[in-house]
Amino acid sequence: MLKLKNIQTFYGNIQVLKDINMEVKQGEIITLIGANGAGKSTILMTISGIVPPRKGDILFQGNPIQNINPDKIVALGISQVPEGRRIFPYLTVMENLDMGTFLRNDVFEIKKDMDYVFQLFPILSERRNQPGGTLSGGEQQMLAISRAIMARPKLLLLDEPSLGLAPIITTQIFNIIKKINRENNTTIFLVEQNASLALKVADRGYVMETGEIIMTDTGDNLFNNKDVKKAYLGI
Amino acid sequence: MDFDFLTYLFFGGLTRGSIYALIALGYTMVYGIVELINFAHGEIYMIGAFTGLIISSVLTMLGLPILAIVVLSALTAIIYSCAYGYTMEKIAYKPLRDSNAPRLSALISAIGMSLFLQNYVLLAQTSDFLPFPNFIPDFEFWEPYAHILTSPELVILITTVIVMICLTILIKFTKIGKAMRATSQDKVMAVLMGVNINRVISITFIVGSATAAIGGILIACHIGQINFYMGFTAGIKAFVAAVLGGIGSIPGAVLGSFVLGLTESFFAGYFSSDYEDVFAFLFLVLILIFRPSGILGRAETKKV
Ligand SMILES: Nc1ncnc2c1ncn2[C@@H]1O[C@H](COP(=O)(O)OP(=O)(O)O)[C@@H](O)[C@H]1O
Ligand SMILES: [Mg+2]
Repeated sequence: MLKLKNIQTFYGNIQVLKDINMEVKQGEIITLIGANGAGKSTILMTISGIVPPRKGDILFQGNPIQNINPDKIVALGISQVPEGRRIFPYLTVMENLDMGTFLRNDVFEIKKDMDYVFQLFPILSERRNQPGGTLSGGEQQMLAISRAIMARPKLLLLDEPSLGLAPIITTQIFNIIKKINRENNTTIFLVEQNASLALKVADRGYVMETGEIIMTDTGDNLFNNKDVKKAYLGI
Repeated sequence: MDFDFLTYLFFGGLTRGSIYALIALGYTMVYGIVELINFAHGEIYMIGAFTGLIISSVLTMLGLPILAIVVLSALTAIIYSCAYGYTMEKIAYKPLRDSNAPRLSALISAIGMSLFLQNYVLLAQTSDFLPFPNFIPDFEFWEPYAHILTSPELVILITTVIVMICLTILIKFTKIGKAMRATSQDKVMAVLMGVNINRVISITFIVGSATAAIGGILIACHIGQINFYMGFTAGIKAFVAAVLGGIGSIPGAVLGSFVLGLTESFFAGYFSSDYEDVFAFLFLVLILIFRPSGILGRAETKKV
């Protein structure tokens, strides 16, 4: 479904991604783990077209998208929940969700999806008229994920959804991510620092170090790999 | 104290405030989206008045009924000003944005645009004051109150209220209005929702130009004359009002405009009209000392 071929991305003159090759198959959950500053968020921003690559190809469902404007990429079916959630602080919970449907016009289906996310996260329904900025961190993450799935993406990019959350909330959010993958057949690209949790839910994983992919395997194999254990699982 | 005089000054202040508000909306909306002070915005207001004058003169010569003249020339003036606002953004600001130019460059481009438009109208039209026909008759039913609020002032107030209501509906309830608010809060995130930022920016310039043009026509009818320089002074005052209310905030711009209009009116009425500008700016400084981000402005929060 998504292929990155020899991707190189720069911030000004500084090269952050050096020859990245990845593949995501329809219906999978894949995870990308790596230390802070490795370039994980940059990969997602490159896919979304916010920081286009200087070299290489990105194929989505067989078509190159590396030169397409970011709003068109959303229209093709790729949504991102960026690092730090980026809730619109002065829009209400409802309005934040409405923004997720910006490119849609199918009113009745939107209504159904709205009910679906309120069923996933009932707390959002209680807070629907509250400004997004007044929610707790966990609630904001729930809202960010809900807002992204309101676009009915084919591919959902998630950047560190566990960041700064209590373990109990993290578990809840990971369960929902699995549920979204199963129930809607949404393909999921999960970036995480919490490697043990991520490798447990993912079908496959990639390990990244300073701008390069250094390892890829199934989630289970990576979880049991002794180098990965030492570097990312703290065991 | 003379109560009639007080109400007269009060409504005079509201009228002034209305005009400032119609212009200030453009400053504050553009700032909210692109963080740019569009110094050429006052010129859009001036172009609105000039277009209204030209079209209405032509239509008068053609012998159309007065209502048709008013509606047609107002509509043309609004559309024409919107086209100017849209084009101005594409020529003077978009290229700078695309090349990530520093903010100072955009500001200089704005000042350049302002001077260009003023001189363009000066050369294409005249440097003299041109008489503007008074399209707003003295309503008979309003006769008993006319000594505190004239008919044209009444029309200005009512029009402003209608514009504010339409704008509120646009910003609060429509898709594009939500996209405008989202863009002003987090541009990258708005793009990640599928918003085409360039379109949002264009629409913001168009909406701001429309309200400024309405202000330009109203003031021209009220004062009865226009010239190429009218956008400069009004533009500065409206800018002050926008900063006073909290630049980037729409209710702030409206509130700031009324506060400024009322302050000027009362000062001119009870003290001296020679010093009303001095007083207005003094007032601005005082408010900004106590509330640096304006009356309704949000304290600057650093985005992570
Ligand atoms: N907007 C930016 N401008 C310049 N450098 C950046 C920018 N964003 C990230 N970087 C740099 O790129 C590298 C990778 O960052 P990032 O993709 O955020 O890593 P990760 O998500 O793995 O923590 C880091 O060295 C970071 O300092
Ligand atoms: Mg990151």
